[in-house]
Amino acid sequence: MRFLFKTDYRQDIGLAKHPGHVFWYSLLALLLLAAPWLIAEYWLAQLTFVLIYAIAGLGLMLLAGFTGLFSLGHAAFLGVGAYAQAVLVGAGWPFPLALACAAGLSAAAGLVVGLPALRVKGIYLGMATLSFGFIVEEVFARWESVTGGNAGMHVKAPTLFGWSLASGEAFYFLCLTITVVATLGMLNLLRAPTGRAFVAIRDSEISAQSMGIHLARYKTLSFALSAALAGIAGALYAHKLQFISPDQFNILQSIDLLLMIVIGGLGSVHGVFLGAIFLITMPQAISLVKDYLPAVIGQAPGLQAAVYGLVLIAFVLFEPMGLYGRWLKIRAYLQLFPFYRKGMFKRQKSFQKSDRLK
Amino acid sequence: MTTTILSARDLSVRFGGVLAVNKVSFDVREGEVFTLIGPNGAGKTTVFNLISRIYTPTTGEIDYLGKKLTDQPPHAIAALGIARTFQNIELFEHATVLHNLLIGRHTHRQTGFLRDMFFTPAAREAELQARLKAEEVIDLLHLQHYRDTMVAGLPYGVRKVVELARALCTEPKLLLLDEPSSGLNVEETDDMAFWIQDIQQELGITVLMVEHDMSLVSKVSDRVLAMNQGEVLAMGTPREVQNDPAVIEAYLGTVDDVSSLRRAA
Amino acid sequence: MQFLQLIISGVSQGCIYGLIALGFVLIYKGTETVSFAQGELMMLGAFGGLACMTLMGFPFWLAVLSAIAGMALFGMVLERAVIRPILGQPAFSIVMLTIGVGYTARGLITMIPGIGTETYVLPVPYKDEIWTLGALVVNVEQFAIIAATAVLCALLFVLFKYSKLGIAMQASSQNQLAAYYMGIPVQRLNGLVWGLAAAVAAIAGLLLAPITFVHANMGFIGLKAFPAAVVGGFSSLPGAIVGGLVIGLVESFSGFYLPDGFKDVAAYVVVLIMLMIKPNGLFGEKLRKKV
Repeated sequence: MRFLFKTDYRQDIGLAKHPGHVFWYSLLALLLLAAPWLIAEYWLAQLTFVLIYAIAGLGLMLLAGFTGLFSLGHAAFLGVGAYAQAVLVGAGWPFPLALACAAGLSAAAGLVVGLPALRVKGIYLGMATLSFGFIVEEVFARWESVTGGNAGMHVKAPTLFGWSLASGEAFYFLCLTITVVATLGMLNLLRAPTGRAFVAIRDSEISAQSMGIHLARYKTLSFALSAALAGIAGALYAHKLQFISPDQFNILQSIDLLLMIVIGGLGSVHGVFLGAIFLITMPQAISLVKDYLPAVIGQAPGLQAAVYGLVLIAFVLFEPMGLYGRWLKIRAYLQLFPFYRKGMFKRQKSFQKSDRLK
Repeated sequence: MTTTILSARDLSVRFGGVLAVNKVSFDVREGEVFTLIGPNGAGKTTVFNLISRIYTPTTGEIDYLGKKLTDQPPHAIAALGIARTFQNIELFEHATVLHNLLIGRHTHRQTGFLRDMFFTPAAREAELQARLKAEEVIDLLHLQHYRDTMVAGLPYGVRKVVELARALCTEPKLLLLDEPSSGLNVEETDDMAFWIQDIQQELGITVLMVEHDMSLVSKVSDRVLAMNQGEVLAMGTPREVQNDPAVIEAYLGTVDDVSSLRRAA
Repeated sequence: MQFLQLIISGVSQGCIYGLIALGFVLIYKGTETVSFAQGELMMLGAFGGLACMTLMGFPFWLAVLSAIAGMALFGMVLERAVIRPILGQPAFSIVMLTIGVGYTARGLITMIPGIGTETYVLPVPYKDEIWTLGALVVNVEQFAIIAATAVLCALLFVLFKYSKLGIAMQASSQNQLAAYYMGIPVQRLNGLVWGLAAAVAAIAGLLLAPITFVHANMGFIGLKAFPAAVVGGFSSLPGAIVGGLVIGLVESFSGFYLPDGFKDVAAYVVVLIMLMIKPNGLFGEKLRKKV
């Protein structure tokens, strides 16, 4: 059982709360650095996808999990970043510059969505972002001179200062670096006044205003940051797949991103990574298990959708705190063994109360 | 020479067909405890909401230290030095008590979002300073025990104190307390009375309060304003107002009133 | 004449959107949850009608009634199984749950061996019939949609105006605990609301099937019904139909007068415009929190 004895404010402010954290995360860092030599190329590619989706997930978690603004069309920002990167790199721009521009354009798109979003709340915000997502997808399909329309667009391989990053390992390290930087940036934001302002807006807007938080500024900032992260993820996604088309950034992709953060655990950075791992490994798991099921179920085309739906329902019903929440419960059990009490994380029976009057 | 810190003149606000506040005028002097009393629906919290700019008055003005409050947006009020607590507790439920207090320090932030993201030494130093200030308030209100607890799990009495602590963290000049003792038992109300006096005398903060508990009102208030149905009934020292016939009829009641309610033995 | 033609097709498409939106609004008024599963419920209703008509060989009216009744029952079972346990959770969780329900429904239908991936024609008696009124050519299928919607709206209007049901529904959506205390059978009400919404979705599915055919991805039309609900205002039943009509007409006209591609996004552009000028919709109510 670990008790945290704090002797210094710096300890409280620091990212690593106790030596155990330092040990485990260093180990994780070592494993991630050594990954290209430890695992097969296919799994390295999957890990790269996990990192790419995690970057997008960080953005969506910031917006939805920490600021409470639910975006049902986030794939649009992913798409803006992907197409911006594809077009700029195709025009000969150096990779880092193109990436920065892709992030900037996505952030601008985030501002465009964010500004009208200031006036609406809850389900109406969801509808606004949903609509935006559809419109952007259609723009990708129609603006054929730039995006190649529904036929899609090829993406050149990334090069950094003359070195090609096209190989699996090099691209993996690029994604790893960006993910680490993004995660640290996010964690820093959350332990500073900006991040706390976001959480305040999520929990009580009226109260946040009376504490001096400029709602419009912080909501817009949240949209812009979240869109920028999605844009970076989109750019990396474009390079990884080497081919993009508008239907990769449709409502189903947006729902996938939401699925990721909900199943991972809303309101925690760990949840982003757990959700990303879930999103990438679920299809693999299904295809592994498929062969053991009777052909009627195993070979059916709708299996993946049905499984996704059932898992989502199960998580919302039984584990609303997501995978991270489940991990916290397991950790508490292990730490308190044998004193773990069954009712420790029991949820109070909650009654429906009008959200409009919140 | 006592200066006037807040002055409301002919304040009125209309919601649809309802005139919630009707030509209310009063002055709050620096360093005093000024209490609004009156029955429910009298418009006391509405006056608070007008000062915090949650509502905009239909007519009338509010002057605060020479500035017209009606020109200010809601989020600028805290930076001017006005803090408030809410009648129905508007805390940030999914954050710890400490985080709630640190959010209260928002107007004193030194860093923009870029420096926050890179967590520069300046950001770190600002964090430490904020922590120190928050701890002073925790000390004053004896919240050490609850520092790292999620607000969602706290009992009602503690939440009221956290709400007060959060308002104090903004380092206000004027503190608006909306029914600070509602829902508190006798002991907690006594504590609250001592804290209000500490806030006034040690911290030098002017307090504008809405309250129903008349013993608390008499104990801490310098002046009282009685309201009924959106209008001012009487203004003066607690004793003067408590003896005013209009106030007695509308709100306080006399001994005779009470005895007529006593059951026949 | 083209103009009138556009109006009729816009109105009939709009009625479909309106019917699905009606389901959303019913559920929103009753339980303040937004259900993303309405589109899939519509699809299930269409498949149910198909099964009744072809597999079980029911005559038309019996098949229609049993499909509607079956879906109503399914809606109540759905409410009991997955919605009831999570009422009181933040709205977003419930939305994700209904998205999950939609996914599962679509996946399961697609999984049915042999049937799931095919497109079917619903054998309705008025299929492919047209009426000619002077120079005007009316597709009977479209007319059936408009007529059925009108009848349904009238029925629902009577139901809510002349019974305590409407008030009880709103009470339990605003404050469930207080509604319990007032003796309102909240759980039975919720079941009824979901059953009703599912039945309305089934009707929409049966009406739409002759035009779009019955297939597993029918439910995506449900996404267009959200703009309808937003335009009308999420808490207004007549608003849902009006919103649907607006969206249907806008789509019909933009498909004809504007370049390619605008038809698909017209609905969403309308939503964004609506949210800018009148965020609560045409008939919605503006509520604010009292602190």
